[in-house]
Amino acid sequence: MSKPLKQIHLAAHFPGVNNTTVWSDPEAGSHIEFASFAHFARTAERAKFDFLFLAEGLRLREQGGKIYDLDVVGRPDTFTVLTALAAVTDRLGLTGTINSTFNEPYEVARQFASLDHLSGGRSAWNVVTSWDAFTGENFRRGGFLPQDERYSRAKEFLDTATELFDSWGADEIVADQESGVFLKDARAGAFVHEGQHFDIAGQFNVPRSPQGRPVIFQAGDSEEGREFAASSADAIFSRYSTLEPGREFYADVKGRLARHGRTPDQLLILPAATFVLADTDAEAQELAHEVRRQQVSGQTALRYLEHVWNRDLSGYDPDGPLPEIDPAPGENTVARGRASVRSHRDPLAIAREWRERAAAEKLSIRELVIETTGRQSFVGSPATVADTIDALVQADAADGFILVPHLTPGGLDAFADTVVPLLQERGVFRHDYTGTTLRDHLGLAEPAAAPVTRRVAS
Amino acid sequence: MTGSHEGHPSPLHLAVALDGAGWHPAAWREPGARPRDLLTAGYWTDVVTEAERGLLDFVTLEDGLSLQSSHRTQPDERTDQVRGRLDAVLIAARVAPLTRHIGLVPTVVATHTEPFHLSKAIATLDYVSTGRAGLRIRVSRRSHEARHFGRRTIPRLGLDDLDTPAAHELTAELFAEAADYVEVVRRLWDSWEDDAEIRDVATGRFVDRDKLHYIDFEGQHFNVKGPSITPRPPQGQPVVSALAHPGVPFQLVGRSTDIGYVTPHDTGQARALVTDIRAAQATAGRAEEPLHIFGDLVVFLDDAPGAAASRKERLDTLAGRPYTSDAKVFTGTPGQLADLLLEWQRAGLSGFRLRPGAIGHDLEAITRGLVPELQRRGAFRTAYESGTLRGLLGLPRPANRYAPSEPEGSPRP
Repeated sequence: MSKPLKQIHLAAHFPGVNNTTVWSDPEAGSHIEFASFAHFARTAERAKFDFLFLAEGLRLREQGGKIYDLDVVGRPDTFTVLTALAAVTDRLGLTGTINSTFNEPYEVARQFASLDHLSGGRSAWNVVTSWDAFTGENFRRGGFLPQDERYSRAKEFLDTATELFDSWGADEIVADQESGVFLKDARAGAFVHEGQHFDIAGQFNVPRSPQGRPVIFQAGDSEEGREFAASSADAIFSRYSTLEPGREFYADVKGRLARHGRTPDQLLILPAATFVLADTDAEAQELAHEVRRQQVSGQTALRYLEHVWNRDLSGYDPDGPLPEIDPAPGENTVARGRASVRSHRDPLAIAREWRERAAAEKLSIRELVIETTGRQSFVGSPATVADTIDALVQADAADGFILVPHLTPGGLDAFADTVVPLLQERGVFRHDYTGTTLRDHLGLAEPAAAPVTRRVAS
Repeated sequence: MTGSHEGHPSPLHLAVALDGAGWHPAAWREPGARPRDLLTAGYWTDVVTEAERGLLDFVTLEDGLSLQSSHRTQPDERTDQVRGRLDAVLIAARVAPLTRHIGLVPTVVATHTEPFHLSKAIATLDYVSTGRAGLRIRVSRRSHEARHFGRRTIPRLGLDDLDTPAAHELTAELFAEAADYVEVVRRLWDSWEDDAEIRDVATGRFVDRDKLHYIDFEGQHFNVKGPSITPRPPQGQPVVSALAHPGVPFQLVGRSTDIGYVTPHDTGQARALVTDIRAAQATAGRAEEPLHIFGDLVVFLDDAPGAAASRKERLDTLAGRPYTSDAKVFTGTPGQLADLLLEWQRAGLSGFRLRPGAIGHDLEAITRGLVPELQRRGAFRTAYESGTLRGLLGLPRPANRYAPSEPEGSPRP
């Protein structure tokens, strides 16, 4: 007997501030105006997606000491946009990336609890950490968090926020006009947290929200990140959208859950995925190539190469061969405010590999960057893309995907209109929402409201 | 005077201050109250929509970083009053797409929050409301709120300590920090010039980085580099306001705000407070800039003479003591209130922020009683004349401090 079909989870990532997003297209709209967000969210809800996802960056990126100007620059405040979107949608989950380094638990907890109230239980928090003093220059806290303390702070931040979410029981507000009793207990919201990173106490001032707590996402890929997810997250925003790497990651992370007393269905794995659709597979391949050329201009290719070379390469011709000169050793000082540069662990080896590939395939700098970075996850006719997505999910390479369109705000429309109906026909994607909260959509149980034990602050 | 424009140099401005079920601690027990809805989007949408129906300039939304308390400096452990609230910026954001004209002015606490976060939050509120955002800045000198953050210690003050030199020093420090905070928030709003986003396909540049500016603020409590991650908001500078009692807070209003809320109890006080604020404004070198001075009033309104006073008495009985406030507590008819407002307007106030005693009753009494009364006297608008809050308040869209060539008050295309 074959196992029952898994239900696919789908989400929509608002196009971000990197070169995946094509702003030069005539159809590209504003990344700031609310109308763009409303259009995008309504499309996702029309397609019965689980949630919308917003990324965050707290300092404009710089390269070579100047603000990076080739990609989309600028974005709105995450909480404010998500809460406004709650007014123009009814069921769609609202997931925000919020940094645990440059915020305080009391404030973030009240913002998420407020979003959860104001959306009727649709909030989710993608917990990220930040490592750099560069971003810190915008904040009171400033400074720098050593690499090895990033996750310990993130973990304690989340634990502390959870204590705040759980500091109110579900039925603390009596509001009996006759008797005049509003609160059941004067100590509602009382909390004490004494830890390495946070030493706080008092009373939380937002009563328990519809979901109890926001759904928790984690996006890091390191060993610490995977453990953090296995112990504390409801879903992972991962980067492995292809079969074998996807299966490997899936098995690894789901395999960690038992050690934390959790079952495999308590953590969803949702890779980010890009896509290009056309009537036929051949047309889609052609269009995909065109999109990659839009995403990687000659200038973008040079700037990308600088991330690895850690040098100013502006004198090179993007249509010419790769630099003969080797990458500069040491910490990357060319690009700032960008997490991806840290993934180039061995620049010399990468440079050697790229030069060899460029020589063998006769690729220019721009062509090489297009080949190594740009390839979309799903390219084809709606039927092909639906097949691919379904096959990946049924093969346990993922539980679903967070789709990243390359156009704002209409980049999701065709997917909603053509791929989603095919997945629905196959019986692997919902025809309509069956619940009201994001936890309902994701098939996650309500968190057990912790028995409220009031500790009194000293 | 009814039906005449005489004596009214300009129409007055009206706002309502929204907090829970209303400002009287027993307001939630009134028949029209919805005490179980105070944490829902539906409640806030209904209330702000009603204010918009009355053509009000804006609503303010109260907020704070601890449970509400009847005690000025400490938790009160009471269970017979509304406790628990939502983040005011997010309430405003939730209501913004469902309203079209009314300004949205959430309260924000400078003392424990990040000016960088707050600046982009209000800029974004301005985007989601297409130009109707403001903020009301306040400080926190409550020891227990500092414990919620664990980043600084604020001494525990009893009621007897509020007039000591140490308390005054703390107040001065917190207000100085708030002034720095507003300065950072404002610089960040200007850190993108209006036309910084160029989308120049020929050169591949999305922004003209010469039109993005580091703000390089350095102060005693924080340094902030900038630029903001959010482009300059539709209004350029959303409206900044503060409640101010005489003393140090007047400096903040004089230096940093577009609106100061004051709390006179009679016409003479109103005139004196206006004089003091104007002096603080001149000291700050802003004498030529528009600065509204609004009078704050708690209002209980009923059409029948005496009915409002007896309603307040009934609420006082429920609460167990007479309700008093920093602001004058008005009980009476819409006509009597209109008389008072117009008299105080002649003393120099340009508008009023009314705190409804019980929102379930007094908000509609304002929008459907007071407003028509003022309209009959030619003292209040009969239709919204602008789509932005600055427009409603008669404030020009300010030039960007980092773009010296931009002509003053140039209209937004």
